[in-house]
Amino acid sequence: MAPVKVFGPAMSAHAARILVCLEEVGAEYEVVNVDMQAKEHKSPEHLARNPFGQIPAFQDGDIVLFESRAIAKYVLRKYSKSAGVDLLREGDLKEAAMVDVWTEVEAHTYNPALSPVVYECLIYPAMRGVPTNQKVVEESLEKLKKVLDVYEARLSKHDYLAGDFLSFADLNHFPYTHYFMGTPHASLFDAYPHVKAWWERLAARPSVKKLSAGMPLKF
Amino acid sequence: MAPRKLYGMPLSPNVVRVAAALNEKGLDFEIVPVDLRTGAHKQPEFLALNPFGQIPALQDGDEVLYESRAINRYIATKYTEGPELLPTPSAKLEVWLEVESHHFYPHVSPLVFQLLIKPMLGGAADPVVVDKHAHELARVLDVYETHLAQNKYLAGDAFTLADLNHMSYLFCLSKTPKADLVASRPHVKAWWDDISARPAFQKTVAAIPFPPSA
Repeated sequence: MAPVKVFGPAMSAHAARILVCLEEVGAEYEVVNVDMQAKEHKSPEHLARNPFGQIPAFQDGDIVLFESRAIAKYVLRKYSKSAGVDLLREGDLKEAAMVDVWTEVEAHTYNPALSPVVYECLIYPAMRGVPTNQKVVEESLEKLKKVLDVYEARLSKHDYLAGDFLSFADLNHFPYTHYFMGTPHASLFDAYPHVKAWWERLAARPSVKKLSAGMPLKF
Repeated sequence: MAPRKLYGMPLSPNVVRVAAALNEKGLDFEIVPVDLRTGAHKQPEFLALNPFGQIPALQDGDEVLYESRAINRYIATKYTEGPELLPTPSAKLEVWLEVESHHFYPHVSPLVFQLLIKPMLGGAADPVVVDKHAHELARVLDVYETHLAQNKYLAGDAFTLADLNHMSYLFCLSKTPKADLVASRPHVKAWWDDISARPAFQKTVAAIPFPPSA
């Protein structure tokens, strides 16, 4: 069986969202780089894979997909049984609902608060040569603290977000949180002991360690 | 059995997103008002339902959920009567569920807020914000136009949750001066005309308390 292909730089946070699931299920995969600096993501060839001209995109034989969370779910649904892994919990309505709730929370609440800090402190200075916008950073950190208050309460009751089991919801937090730990504001997590412990559990996973090595914190 | 309780403001498109799903499945529910204007969403009673203090939340028996898209997945999975909103496996369906969430929503939501909700609260639309998001939404809808030229519905031949999740905001957009973003794109317009004619959606919008001027 040909390995599946993930199109996009391996260090891209959105690509990493897919790669961590591929690693967790032990699937064979290939990362095909897309040269963002050369605007390859806007080339007709890439637009045929992702009509929004973004990375990542994905191919498994005839199947071509975009949107990292949709791709990651496809990977989990395809390989989980044979890998003995259950990160979506689709056999249990309540558990699956909790996975979905916290996946949405990551997408619409956690990431919008945390990722601007990553962009302002790491990505924009490196990629665009612009200085950090401290106002954006400060506003984001204030929002993030309120979000982490809720995470702290949740993770005081359960080891992981959807319950006492690792799920897709937790893994979705890995890429941007990894990069956040490379900003000057990493110590924010120290004020949230259960969140910090949860993050350390995630970071210790072989899949996360392996991918983190390819996601340097200095751009 | 106690009716399902949908917590939120009946006008909120995120609340209506869930109401639309409940109606497609023919499920009884009551809307329990949570008035954002009085800060009810930040009170302990509501925070016990959604610790992030946002509407909607759904109480279904002893299950309490929040995040409208997660709620809709739950409704689609749990209730087998009515249309099959989430036929699995469908990779294409998952893609377009995400497209709604990450391409359509980020631009239609601020547009609807500026053009519809803010005026209802006594404020005025910010033209800079409106122009920015209208421009971005136009680019997004260009992608939809191409896609819907080849697909009757977003996931293929049948109406699914991917289409449904768009409907509350499409309806609100149609009440604004930016309705032409849809009306000017033939395949997007045809898709919207088709899905908005669904009886369940007619029932949903009949319950939205738009003020007389809208």
